[in-house]
Amino acid sequence: MNRSWYNLIWINNKARLGIIIVSSFIIIAAVGPIFFEDPNAYIGTPLLEPSFVHLFGTTGQGQDVFAQTIAGARSTLFIGLGTGFMIVLLGLIVGSLSGYFGRRIDNVLSLIINIFLLIPGLPLMVIIAAWLPPGPFSMMGVLVFTGWAWQARVLRSQVLSLRERDYVNAAIITGESNIKVIIYQIWPQMLSLIMASFIGATVYAIGAQVGLEFLGLGDVDKVTWGNNLYWATNDLALLTGSWWTFVPTGLCIALVSFGLTLINYGIDEISNPRLLSERIVKSRLPDLFNRNGSTPVARELFGK
Amino acid sequence: MNTSVKYLLKRLGIYAISGWAAVTLNFFLPRMMPGDPVSVMFASFRGKLKPEAIEALKQTFGFTDEPLLNKYISYLSHLLNGELGISTAYFPEEVSSIILSSLGWTLLLVGISLVVSFIIGSLIGMIIAWRRDGKLDSILPPSFSFISSFPYFFTAMLLLYFFGFKLGWFPIRHAYNSNLIPGFNIEFIVSCLHHAFLPASTLIFMGIGGWMLQMRNNMIGTISTDYISFAKSKGLSQKRIMIWYAAKNAILPIITSFGMAIGFILSGTILTEIIFSYPGQGYILYQAVQAQDYQLMQGIFLTTTLSVLAANWLIDILVLILDPRTRK
Repeated sequence: MNRSWYNLIWINNKARLGIIIVSSFIIIAAVGPIFFEDPNAYIGTPLLEPSFVHLFGTTGQGQDVFAQTIAGARSTLFIGLGTGFMIVLLGLIVGSLSGYFGRRIDNVLSLIINIFLLIPGLPLMVIIAAWLPPGPFSMMGVLVFTGWAWQARVLRSQVLSLRERDYVNAAIITGESNIKVIIYQIWPQMLSLIMASFIGATVYAIGAQVGLEFLGLGDVDKVTWGNNLYWATNDLALLTGSWWTFVPTGLCIALVSFGLTLINYGIDEISNPRLLSERIVKSRLPDLFNRNGSTPVARELFGK
Repeated sequence: MNTSVKYLLKRLGIYAISGWAAVTLNFFLPRMMPGDPVSVMFASFRGKLKPEAIEALKQTFGFTDEPLLNKYISYLSHLLNGELGISTAYFPEEVSSIILSSLGWTLLLVGISLVVSFIIGSLIGMIIAWRRDGKLDSILPPSFSFISSFPYFFTAMLLLYFFGFKLGWFPIRHAYNSNLIPGFNIEFIVSCLHHAFLPASTLIFMGIGGWMLQMRNNMIGTISTDYISFAKSKGLSQKRIMIWYAAKNAILPIITSFGMAIGFILSGTILTEIIFSYPGQGYILYQAVQAQDYQLMQGIFLTTTLSVLAANWLIDILVLILDPRTRK
């Protein structure tokens, strides 16, 4: 059964393209940095244009942009995926408690979720990150704290609807404990949503992390995608016209987020067959019914 | 009591609690953090203020040895008077006056880009949903979701690089020509629009995709309903059905999501302003981070939160006016 679920995703064009993009970046992040000794090392004249010696040119501080782009992938993706996982875990726990138990617990938790959704994310992240010592764990903590509510809300509504199903009531009547019902009866039924939630949270985590680092709130000595952009602006990349110091990193960020979003579109099409069905049905119907006009016109139907 | 008034009061209650949560977070955050944040916070005043003045500031913001509750109450009462502290980045200006003078620029950017991207996005969404499986429907959604994958500030950098530095069509910094005296005259307004064009375009460009996809999906939902088939069978014109039957109903749920969007757009605006040195909340937030000006950062957090809450309440009222089903 697991295999068919995997196959379903793979035969979806969007999801497959997304998986290919994201997994190639993960491989680059895992293997790539081995080939570069120190991406921060001074290797040549600052602000060299891209050439065969330095594929992406050099930064304002004489570092190799190519090496920095690849080294940045590792920490950015690691923090992004790790944060995505923790956000879903927290969102799943809060969402399940809220949706399953209902009543007072739901009222309190929903209020907390709504408050977190209302408070604007970036300013909140800034005031927390500014106090914490810079480092990967502070970064993850800030991102989880500001990002869990959205996923909790999405997951809560799914738990809420599953809670009313007969099979769940049957499980409760047989005397299963509440926790067991949630974990063994409800969660397996919402796997695709949990997966989509994880991907959405990862996209958020990558974007927010890059934004915070760009503000200078990360560990600026580490090589990450956000820091690459921070240093590019600090070294006046725009004023000196050195586009190669920020374009590669920006493209990589966009590609990874786009790949993740594509996987989510794929999951969405698989779990909501209605999105896909209309297209398939239409393509199989004779052209006559495929037209966009309102009422069928006799002349068109019987003419010629 | 009227149900819609009741509803608005209930929403107001949620916003009040959120606002209180933000204020409380602001109070406890520096006190919960590891190390000795209070001395860090006031360290940047050293050499700028006399020790007695620093003591007075600490008193004002509740960094004393008094019981926590007393400090909290005194903090709240100072907030109510609009006292947010003194900035170190813009010493000796007060945080509240710095924020007040920059808030307008941010509201201008957020307002323009929200409205324009919403209009363009939902128009495109409406059309591609109506001509589903047409060429536009297979090209636009994926390309816009690729565009919105870029970080806001990266798009801002690209636009600034090409249209500001390379082509020189638009100014590269600030909100208006500094030779002009701010006032309500054509020359000044034109200068403002000229300066706001690139930052606003960034935000609009990044925002269109989201509205477009939402509108497209909602339209697909409404198109398959019976009243649309009925309108078609009556022989109404395509345009009329699309706009006045399908789109009219598809757009309501999107307006409800305006509130959530404001928070996102605000975050994008903050980053975009930094690139264009546009003197709004984002730009001063950047200055505050660079100078470790905690009072200013916290002040910005409070004012932006309160603005977002107020905007949400206005949107609640708007939805109430637009959607007859919510009124009884």
